Amino acid sequence: MRIKETLENYLFVLPAVTIFLVFYLIPFIWVFQLGMYEWDGILPTKIFVGLSNFKEILTQDNIWWLSMWNAGYITLIAIIFQNALAFMLAMACDREIRMKNFFRLVFFIPPVLSEVVVGLVWQWILDGNYGLLNVWLVKIGLPQLAKNWLSDPQTALTTVAVVHCWKGFGWGFLIFLAGLQTIPRELYEAARVDGANAWDSFRNITMPLMVPVAILVAILTVLGTMQAFVLIIAMTGGGPAYHTQVPVLRILASMRGSSRFGYACAQGIIFGLILIIISFVQYRFSKRSRQY
Amino acid sequence: MAVKFSGCLRGILAFAVLGCFFLCGCASRPVENKNTVVIWHWMTDRQAAFEELSRRYEELTGVKVVFELYAPSEAYSQKIRAAAQSVSLPDIFGILGEKRDFSSFVKAGHILEITPYMLADNGKWKNMLFSKALAVNEFSSDNSYGVLPGIYGVPIDITTIQMVYNKKLLKQLGGNPNKPPATLEDFLALGPKIKASGLQGMVSGWGEVWMVDCLANNYAFNVMGKDKVLATIKGQVPYTDPDWIKVLEIFKQMQDSGILANGLVTMVNKNAEQLFANEKAVFAFNGSWCVNVYKGMNPGLEFGAMLPPAVNSKYPMVIWGGAGSSFLINARSPRKEEAVKFLRWLTDREQQVYLAETTLNLPANKDSLKKISEILAQFADDIESSTHPNIWGVSEFPAVVEALDKGIQSIVIGEKTPAQVAEEVQKIKQRELSKQSNR
Repeated sequence: MRIKETLENYLFVLPAVTIFLVFYLIPFIWVFQLGMYEWDGILPTKIFVGLSNFKEILTQDNIWWLSMWNAGYITLIAIIFQNALAFMLAMACDREIRMKNFFRLVFFIPPVLSEVVVGLVWQWILDGNYGLLNVWLVKIGLPQLAKNWLSDPQTALTTVAVVHCWKGFGWGFLIFLAGLQTIPRELYEAARVDGANAWDSFRNITMPLMVPVAILVAILTVLGTMQAFVLIIAMTGGGPAYHTQVPVLRILASMRGSSRFGYACAQGIIFGLILIIISFVQYRFSKRSRQY
Repeated sequence: MAVKFSGCLRGILAFAVLGCFFLCGCASRPVENKNTVVIWHWMTDRQAAFEELSRRYEELTGVKVVFELYAPSEAYSQKIRAAAQSVSLPDIFGILGEKRDFSSFVKAGHILEITPYMLADNGKWKNMLFSKALAVNEFSSDNSYGVLPGIYGVPIDITTIQMVYNKKLLKQLGGNPNKPPATLEDFLALGPKIKASGLQGMVSGWGEVWMVDCLANNYAFNVMGKDKVLATIKGQVPYTDPDWIKVLEIFKQMQDSGILANGLVTMVNKNAEQLFANEKAVFAFNGSWCVNVYKGMNPGLEFGAMLPPAVNSKYPMVIWGGAGSSFLINARSPRKEEAVKFLRWLTDREQQVYLAETTLNLPANKDSLKKISEILAQFADDIESSTHPNIWGVSEFPAVVEALDKGIQSIVIGEKTPAQVAEEVQKIKQRELSKQSNR
């Protein structure tokens, strides 16, 4: 009887395990295996090169690490500014304000728009010659601020990061809002009775209870931003020079530009491992903060 | 009456449904009609014309030809590679990529060698096509790719990548609308005038780096000649050679003179085409397909074709050109013969004239040139000055090409000097050469 029950249980998890194996684990192993070959993606023969692709990435490919740095910079901006904006707007919409639902809808529009469309629209807005932003800057008497936002190496990466934040803050907004709505209102009422002002309530009730939510948003922001590339390819193509190159663009360049499928797979594995490590660190951090 | 399933049975059913999906996914392709030739391509602007030609061909022969369009070109490129891996390529297809990729397709047995068909009837088919267009699809006996010499593809049109200028704007700047600047000196002298007039100088899709590579190669041929360029690719001449530094300096001179449009380094070609078509830019570096594009954007645009202004007269100015689009026949297709017959018909004069008239691309058939527009004829005149990396017999390492292109972008944005870029490119070249020798 016990064996039958156990078998039944295994049978229930079998579809999920099969899907996981077929669509996640086997491809991962296969990609790792391909990473040990020199292969152009066309010829049926592959040359086994062992771990030399991995070694080349780790020790010689400066552009790869530059792209990691760029992605890290965009991620840092997203974690700080995108999430701060999302949190502030969620706080505003959590109050009893007029047209609350309208604002909730509006703030969630950017994330559901196509990244390519957003990229192209912002490219027009930021165009150095005829872009709306420069036209407005000139109109309001600040012509000295007008510049080639996407072609200037000083501004290209930050500009891309800002647009990425605009595109992505809606997700954080939604999660923060959901988190804020789970905080029992009685806590605020009790605090008010005890003489706490708005800042005290925020510091002692909202902030501690929102820490797990903030960590979840941070994890999602890191994973989403590190893997960003559609917006970048639409806005700058990774240029000028290597100033807006990100890891996924490098993987694409290896696969499409150089026809080095094996190398691209090795880059994918290394990038995946880096993301896993970052997520693990954040997870450990979130576990510790939950104890609070 | 509702049927009740036990939990266990539900699990089995779910697994069975999942199994069915897998089995369906593994099913073989449906058997296609023997009289249907399937063609995969990426040319969105030519689909309507292809469909019309397919209709005419079916009327004539009873053989149905289906043109399946897959765009954008990047997605098409990946689809072809995936189909090659699963040995499910269509009867006819095109590939987008370098000669190295082309050679891999040939070596993997995906492409039919069509030399015997081309040479039949005293080379009638071969002789009616532009030799430069055919050369792109040809592997010579001394090719470095290890491919058996022969012809492996059929060009359906020709492309040249060169410069165009706006006649009206050039006149406004004090130039002769029928005589664009022929020397770099004259070209650069227009820079300050263009800046003062508030116009843009030269626009191009330099955000898609291959166009930078193209112009750099044009100037390399002009500065040092073909032999030295090929010697560089072979690793016999370093990129730090003074001639290469001179080539890189041309880009710095262009930037300093103001002849390059603002934001050129991240400009995609579509934006460049819009700026030129809307008469905001005086010059554009673009392919001959631009005739069709500009006509769509601004039918009244008056422009002319020109070669990039030369630096010296010691070596000729050479532009990239040759086959624009080519079709290849699947060597494993059961309809090889029908495919050959269709491509033979497609490159006949009548069909080529129709394609040239409707799509405004240069025809691959020499006899069809008599019926093309004046501006297309200007592009056609420069075919003799054209070359293409795919006919050089050797290819530069992609990493080196990327370093050169990105280096030129760095020069244009004032981040690096030509000498610095040359040094960096040479470093990567040496790394790639040593990797190659270790294999």
